[in-house]
Amino acid sequence: MEALEDSVLDGNAIGGLLMSLFGTDMTTATGICGSCGAASQVAELAVYPPGLGTVVRCRSCTAVLMVFVELRGITCVDLEGLASLSPA
Amino acid sequence: MEGTAVRGRLTWQTAMVGSVTDETPQVRTLMLDVPDWAGHRAGQHLDIRLTAEDGYQAERSYSIASAPGEPPAITVERLDDGEVSPYLTEELRPGDEIEVRGPIGGYFVWDAPDGGPLLLAAGGSGVVPLRSILRHRARLGDTVPTRLLYSSRSLMDVIYRSELDVPADGLAVCYTLTRSQPAGWTGYARRVDQPMLAEVAWPAAQAPLAYVCGPTSFVEAVAAGLVALGYPEQRVKTERFGATGS
Repeated sequence: MEALEDSVLDGNAIGGLLMSLFGTDMTTATGICGSCGAASQVAELAVYPPGLGTVVRCRSCTAVLMVFVELRGITCVDLEGLASLSPA
Repeated sequence: MEGTAVRGRLTWQTAMVGSVTDETPQVRTLMLDVPDWAGHRAGQHLDIRLTAEDGYQAERSYSIASAPGEPPAITVERLDDGEVSPYLTEELRPGDEIEVRGPIGGYFVWDAPDGGPLLLAAGGSGVVPLRSILRHRARLGDTVPTRLLYSSRSLMDVIYRSELDVPADGLAVCYTLTRSQPAGWTGYARRVDQPMLAEVAWPAAQAPLAYVCGPTSFVEAVAAGLVALGYPEQRVKTERFGATGS
């Protein structure tokens, strides 16, 4: 597993965003990477701070798992990189 | 919570700033009065939203510095090029209002049944959620053996120093000062490295539980070091903050 750079955060940082979208704490949810199959708690995923959107990547293979883009109060959620996402 | 509100509903609330405490020249603690605060767990955080006159909004996430049962408080480090922290540390006065939502997060939390022994490792203001854990532990009268390894640039940059200088039962505090040290300093004077972790961390055979919080590079180094010492990954809880996110 490559060490992350200082500009990269983890899933704790988007706990509020996820809770507002899913209605429950998702930092302890388990996500399974659709590319490599690695299972990880959302808090441990790599989060790239917002440019146009927030990008969440797998720590094992760096595949994009989730993307969130917010515009005028509407959040676009792309979970296509996940094989599954299960709340604890 | 059952029967009171929609489960997990997270809404922005108005908080009034209570007392303000200067911790270091760059760091300030704000007590917040939030009328409908749901109560938090040790290690959780909250989001703050500021709205400019032109409608521009900025949100930031801050760890909660106070223990469960205490009013929520945040400790903010001023970043010179920050968008939010200069306002929170220089402009806000007691009685001012800001928007908050929380508490948030269920991963980087500790409560008595989680046990220990506890190894808490902090880089700079990464000590904030660990202070909530320590205050919670003290308020419970819990004596689980606990070590805090706290990396700061200098002694002046140590947050909560007066509190940490009078540790509760079973707590040992170990500082490392990475940039400058006072005359006669006998403690560590370098970044946390593997030999330091081997000296300070509980042996893996004692099944310790570790919480590591700080800048991403600090967390990466400490977490990898603990795993190298035999800590199972799931016993090393991590929380990273970026140079621009706090």
